[in-house]
Amino acid sequence: MIKESELVVSQASFQETVLAGDYFMKVIKKGQTFRILDLAGNQAADTLFYNAADPSERYSAVDTIREQLNVYLTAGTKLISNENNVMLEIVADTCGRHDTLGGACATESNTIRYSLDKKCMHACRDSWMLAIAENEQYGMTKRDITHNINFFMNVPVTKEGGLTFEDGISSPGKYVELTAHMDTIVLLSNCPQLNNPCNAYNPTPVEVIIWD
Amino acid sequence: MTTGLHTPLVAKVLYEDKIDAAAHWSLRVRKGTSLKLIDVEGGANVGMLFYNPENMLERYNAPDTLKGQHTFKLTKGNCLYSDMGRIFCSIVDDSVGWHETVCGNTTKKIVEEKWGEKNYQEFRNEWNQNGYNSFLVELAKYGLGKKDMAANLNLFSAVGVDDEGNLQYLENNSKAGDSVTLRFEMDTLVLMHTCPHPLSTATEYPRKPVTYQILQSGEVEDGDFCRNYRDENARGFQNNEIYHLGGACCHD
Repeated sequence: MIKESELVVSQASFQETVLAGDYFMKVIKKGQTFRILDLAGNQAADTLFYNAADPSERYSAVDTIREQLNVYLTAGTKLISNENNVMLEIVADTCGRHDTLGGACATESNTIRYSLDKKCMHACRDSWMLAIAENEQYGMTKRDITHNINFFMNVPVTKEGGLTFEDGISSPGKYVELTAHMDTIVLLSNCPQLNNPCNAYNPTPVEVIIWD
Repeated sequence: MTTGLHTPLVAKVLYEDKIDAAAHWSLRVRKGTSLKLIDVEGGANVGMLFYNPENMLERYNAPDTLKGQHTFKLTKGNCLYSDMGRIFCSIVDDSVGWHETVCGNTTKKIVEEKWGEKNYQEFRNEWNQNGYNSFLVELAKYGLGKKDMAANLNLFSAVGVDDEGNLQYLENNSKAGDSVTLRFEMDTLVLMHTCPHPLSTATEYPRKPVTYQILQSGEVEDGDFCRNYRDENARGFQNNEIYHLGGACCHD
């Protein structure tokens, strides 16, 4: 569902560009709203969420899908934790559909999807591994890396049970906005994938904007 | 009698056992053996998770399994992948046709809201156990916890998706006697429960036991159905071969 935001960028309390292949990790306070802005279009922002007070509570793709009885995420979607609490809600979305079935790229899964000799190409999971290593204050390990949201990715499921990777439905300037229902650690990998036609083999920056 | 290396239906049964309804269990399944699950009464659901006993951080990954094979449903030919690019097991036989892996588990709350509470104190082992707690118990036996709980398989259960993305639980997906056979391509810790599917529309809490068999599965040949089902699977088998380099070729 397309729903535009009424928030004004000049009133934001935080604004940062996340380059393709980099990660973004920050606590969003309860009540704050943050926007992920697809600057150049068809980018994928592979994102995980954790309860800042206890990161063992985290975004759960399966609980979110089951509770809303829908596989796609858009405005109105409540992001549910593995403890079945609402962590965040998507409050605005000019893209219309985001994926949570496809997971993130990893060097190992790239060998399956593309070729064994792609194994050393940079991948989202490597960004997350670096993020948890560089941010020891959160006490996170590989066990905390779970199934993510791919903001701006379009992965339609067919009636016959197929899964297709369509060209993105995002374009320059499209965004998604979420309001936190608890203090939440956002861990975002701006996808470095060079093998996927969805981003025209050219990963690009996204911007994160936060309002109090 | 043929050795039946490629036809699990006639492969040697090494062991057979039952898992009661609304229960949970775990076992290590060796490379070179298969796990056949049989829906005894029809309408069973088996929640399942996989871990590598050599490194518990390697675990079943539903997104990699689905996107790697461009599928939402799982059936014969599909391989079930770890997060490390390897194949835990291949679905070599399946009379059901559709198994799902995106709906997670029943919780205590879901069970109470759908079917009411049946506690242990009053109902003993006929209680209304839930899938989430079942996995927590099995995980804890191996030093694992809720952080280690990945998106699980729900074998014998199916959910369809319409053009808008809406989920629909598919009724009567599995009949009495239906079975699915998983051929293990590496040693695997298998966690499972027989609690109902979280989207089950049954009016009464469904109590459905399953029988499981461990079968001898033999060598995987170049022409193997699962290996050739998709190019991705051939690469997955290559990764498994690299993982097992220099080791024993098979278990007696």
